[in-house]
Amino acid sequence: MSEPISALNGARYDGIATIEELGLQGMITLRGDLDEKGLAKAAAAATDQQMPGPRKAHVTDDSGLCWMSPDEVLVLVPYAEVEDKLAGMVKALGNSHALAVNVSDARAVFRVSGTHAREVVAKLAPVDLSDGAFKPGDFRRTRLAQVAAAFWMEEDGAFRIVCFRSVADYVFKLLKVAAQPGSEVGVL
Amino acid sequence: MLILHCPCCGVDAEETELHAGGEAHIKRFGPGSDDDQFHDYLFMRENPKGVHFERWQHANGCGKWFHAARCTATLEVFGTYRAQTTEPPKDIRDAITAKRPGWVWREFS
Amino acid sequence: MSTRLSKLGRLIDRTKQVSFSFNGTTMRGFAGDTLASALLANDQMMMGRSFKYHRPRGVVASGAEEPNALVGLGEGSRFEPNQRATTTELFEGLSAKSQNHWPNLDFDIGAVNTAFARFLPAGFYYKMFIHPQPFWKHVYEPFIRKSAGLGKAPDAETRDADTYEHFYAFTDVLIIGGGVAGLQAAKAAALTGVKVLLVEQTAHWGGRAPVDGGTIDEGPVDKFVEQIVSELETMDNVTMRLRCMGAGIYDHGYALAYERLTDHAPQVAGPRHRLWRIRAKQIVTATGAIERPLSFAGNDVPGVMLASAMRDYVVNWGVTPGERVVVATNNDDAYRTAITLKNAGVDVLRILDARASGGGALADEVRALGIRVDPGKAIAKVSGGKRVKKVSICNQEGIGGARDEVSCDAVAMSGGWSPVVHLWSHCGGKLIWDDAQAHFRPDPDRPPLGADGAGFVSVAGAANGALALGETLSDANAAGLAAAKAAGGKAKRPKAPLGESAAELPMEPVWLMPANADTPLRVKSWLDFQNDVKVSDVQLAAREGYESVEHTKRYTTLGMATDQGKLSNINGLAILADALNAEIPQVGTTTFRPPYTPISMGAIGGEARGEVFQPIRRTPLHDWHDRNGADWEPVGHWRRPYAYQLPGESVEAAVNREVKNTRENLGLLDASTLGKLIVKGPDAGRFLDMMYTNMMSTLKPGKCRYGLMCSENGFLIDDGVVARIDEDTWLCHTTTGGAERIHAHMEEWLQTEWWDWKVYVANVTEQYAQVAVVGPNARKVLEKLGGMDVSKEALPFMEWRDGQIGGFDCRAYRISFSGELSYEIAVAASRGQAFWDALTEAGKEFGVMPYGTECLHILRAEKGFIMIGDETDGTVIPQDLGLHWALSKKKEDYLGKRAQQRSHMADPDRWKLVGLETVDGSVLPDGAYAVGEGTNANGQRNMIGRVTSTYYSANLDRGIAMGLVKHGPDRMGEVIEIPGTDGKSYKAKIVDPVFFDKDGEKQNV
Repeated sequence: MSEPISALNGARYDGIATIEELGLQGMITLRGDLDEKGLAKAAAAATDQQMPGPRKAHVTDDSGLCWMSPDEVLVLVPYAEVEDKLAGMVKALGNSHALAVNVSDARAVFRVSGTHAREVVAKLAPVDLSDGAFKPGDFRRTRLAQVAAAFWMEEDGAFRIVCFRSVADYVFKLLKVAAQPGSEVGVL
Repeated sequence: MLILHCPCCGVDAEETELHAGGEAHIKRFGPGSDDDQFHDYLFMRENPKGVHFERWQHANGCGKWFHAARCTATLEVFGTYRAQTTEPPKDIRDAITAKRPGWVWREFS
Repeated sequence: MSTRLSKLGRLIDRTKQVSFSFNGTTMRGFAGDTLASALLANDQMMMGRSFKYHRPRGVVASGAEEPNALVGLGEGSRFEPNQRATTTELFEGLSAKSQNHWPNLDFDIGAVNTAFARFLPAGFYYKMFIHPQPFWKHVYEPFIRKSAGLGKAPDAETRDADTYEHFYAFTDVLIIGGGVAGLQAAKAAALTGVKVLLVEQTAHWGGRAPVDGGTIDEGPVDKFVEQIVSELETMDNVTMRLRCMGAGIYDHGYALAYERLTDHAPQVAGPRHRLWRIRAKQIVTATGAIERPLSFAGNDVPGVMLASAMRDYVVNWGVTPGERVVVATNNDDAYRTAITLKNAGVDVLRILDARASGGGALADEVRALGIRVDPGKAIAKVSGGKRVKKVSICNQEGIGGARDEVSCDAVAMSGGWSPVVHLWSHCGGKLIWDDAQAHFRPDPDRPPLGADGAGFVSVAGAANGALALGETLSDANAAGLAAAKAAGGKAKRPKAPLGESAAELPMEPVWLMPANADTPLRVKSWLDFQNDVKVSDVQLAAREGYESVEHTKRYTTLGMATDQGKLSNINGLAILADALNAEIPQVGTTTFRPPYTPISMGAIGGEARGEVFQPIRRTPLHDWHDRNGADWEPVGHWRRPYAYQLPGESVEAAVNREVKNTRENLGLLDASTLGKLIVKGPDAGRFLDMMYTNMMSTLKPGKCRYGLMCSENGFLIDDGVVARIDEDTWLCHTTTGGAERIHAHMEEWLQTEWWDWKVYVANVTEQYAQVAVVGPNARKVLEKLGGMDVSKEALPFMEWRDGQIGGFDCRAYRISFSGELSYEIAVAASRGQAFWDALTEAGKEFGVMPYGTECLHILRAEKGFIMIGDETDGTVIPQDLGLHWALSKKKEDYLGKRAQQRSHMADPDRWKLVGLETVDGSVLPDGAYAVGEGTNANGQRNMIGRVTSTYYSANLDRGIAMGLVKHGPDRMGEVIEIPGTDGKSYKAKIVDPVFFDKDGEKQNV
């Protein structure tokens, strides 16, 4: 079988922040009762992470858990392992009422980093991204201009942004406009 | 532009993250209902100047539906609460009474 | 003449010369000039002509309130009309053109209008252009269009060369206005520790206080400004922005600020404007006050200016608008202008103080400088065409009999000060009338209300009616502190600095000068300079019965120009109140609406232009389509190939080729856009039985079923093939446009009605690249690729299997939307291109060709398959389309079932689906209506149906169509008439909608 190709094949732009498309990330949508022990255990087993609270992400490298809603968590695993991890999770969930489904290919992932990363994202999302309000580990589902997106902040102050694959090109171009030279706001 | 607190994810969401869903607490009538019941269920809506109960969805966010009690005249928000209820919870009704004594909305007060 | 003084000019840098052009003439100014001050320095007092009468107009103000000095700025892709010269900062190479004149500013043919002014009174257009109606379109409209509109629209073929952006900002306290009040309010708020955002529309902090004089903490105002600015700049919790105008205040603490980043420095990289979308817990408007003109005859002659503006030009830019000046006033403040001018070496000939008792301490100072003060006097009229020549003087109490004349070249006028209450009012803040100062100011008891029901806007300084420097500062200090506390700041009590200025005697309202001016004077007394509205126009409106201020505004156009009546509103209200014999507060004001001054369309659009104007959704195969001749069709936000053109081929020929090839050989369709929703849980079957009109719970794992979805209203909203994956999992296909909508529809019912049902839904649309492999050779190509058994026996029609084809993990659905042998194969999106490549390579020997959406449509129409959005339009129920077989009779309930029992839904007269065949084989016009016997009440022919889908079928070599026709299924064989919009009337026979392979033999192989 041929090599899988991400939406933008690793596109990159350097402006007042650096924008990178990160290539394929294993992603599993897990819906169920997040307080249920079995589910938390299955998620933890797949990622080595504890279940995050509301609006939080527990992510290290390619593995982690992002709180999407009271009954949904986004499970991040290395792309190559997604089918195995999914199978393991489905098995661990057993007969409990839950839904785990592979959505890795339905998404694109970007990293926005650099001094002005907060400002670049704050031009597109109606979210308070000042350093007191949005910290590493914080996760937010919102919109970027006209499309739905989710992002979290990594330890070094960079953002990981997830959007639908079909609008990856739009989101990349949006981020480019927002990061154009000379567009520093100088407040975040 | 409104801000509503999403009781499902805790975000104070501005209107561009939200999708308005009309009146709350409407009882569904299906097969077996008479024409008047069904007509009222489908088409008849409150149009108050004052206290109102509405459905909203945090569409560009956690995706969940919730209810909001607010004043249509001043846009004051008395509270938001989960959609999985057939009537406004007591704390919401008390909050409204504190601000708008004597309020009445459909069969609630 | 107006000229540059050898001294003064606190804002200009005389060491830096700047050259610019005005109407093609090169002129020079200094860095720090505005276009208006630079023009005045070049003795260019006349800056434009008025809108209606094309009267010569000069600059009258020095800031955002300017009504006259509007110019077209820039060239080509950077041209922008209606820019105020007073707020345009000068830069090297600036190019400006004046407006509303032909052939040039000095000589204008349209000015003839002014001679006919008495024929163009208020309401002229309403009265003139009502009758006769046939003249509306071809006579009146062209005439009105020609004379309508200020300035010139940019060339339709050019595209704005700049970029724009939005920025979401969150703060505890937003302070709008960076004068001394805004600065002090910011400091008071910031000291409590809250986050403060301070925005100022001009390029300088301090507002007009440094021009007006007085002292703060016993030092000069400039020094105070310098100190407080540097103090605020060191505070981490304070953000300060210059050239950033508070444009509007909206519900729940939302505010817009309009930042002009490169207007003054076009060579700088980056966006031109930035629109700040701010959420603030509290907002303080420290927007100052605007001086009012006086209404006397000839108050629009170039050289007549607001007294404060004249002072600004002298102090800020070292420019005097004239050499011999007369001052007319009803208050003490205008005396400051006289003092400033005199000290700058300009002759001040006379101060006409309408108050019988004259002025106070400032008047004494003026007299000490040797300036003559005439109490109780007024301007009867100003004479001069393109420049003030003389002033006739009369008593204020009287009809205007002139006693005296003074030759002069400039007039400074002051009718008192109006607080800038716009931002306070935008979101519902109410006003009260202040009798002593004759102005409206914010009513602190009726502020705009926030989400918690409490006020979230307060006002500081002159905007609050606190005009004297001392009051301004203490008011601002208190406002800043109160706002900070309301926003959660810890109480501190910063001391207000001590502001001291000359004591002033009360002003006296003067709404008309002289008080009883006779008609010849009133028809030359301008209220609204930009829209040419005079005192006599408002009085006429009142006589004709316009009592409401909102009606008068629209009838006379008072305050409707780009300046939104910043100078004219109060004067106009007063005239209206007087004419109605009412009090001013009774008449009230018109509604203030955002933005405060016009903001650019670019800023409103932000980043959404060019290639990010709107999101374009791309399938994993998008680039391949693009390289292979795709003629794109928008489907929702998706782009889908309509057809693939070979070199030299027309779109029509491409479609016909694809239609024939797919039926005869092998076609490939990118079906990735079809929605795919996973529905799982113990109650999933029960849930889908409610969602679909037919039964989904009885579907066996491994099988597929076509399903219809209706709204609770009974109308069709979507359709698609449902596959049962396992015991408690289904996969629902939706239409291309339906994926997000139907996903949301399902979630809505699950969350808000059946929340106790155990069902989860996930949208996996984009996880897959889905390819329809269609045609007689479909099985052959899959067998060649190898893997999964796709034989008739192993994978029968309406079943699905998981497996591998050509080494690709996939799910194959044996379903058909074309009537051909057909497989839809889903692979991971990231492998979609490789899979498509494998199919095209392997398919070569089988005549493979990709096909687009038009071919898809024709193939389905040949088979009589309906399409959501063609056969349905939100008013069509399944029964209309003959889809009774898909309506479960066993189910007690499904969404739409009860509605479909309503009398109108069960009406036998509803239009029903049929096929339509033109008698001559031609193609029916899309959307055309069929007509029957008789006419309706309007004399139009009765309609009996309409065409819903119509195509040329290359397979049948004739036009085929479907339509909804009254009693259609009972009228088979009947010929009906369908008039087109092309002048032809078509005859079509009602037939069965299945045109091709009626027995379905081709798909069951």
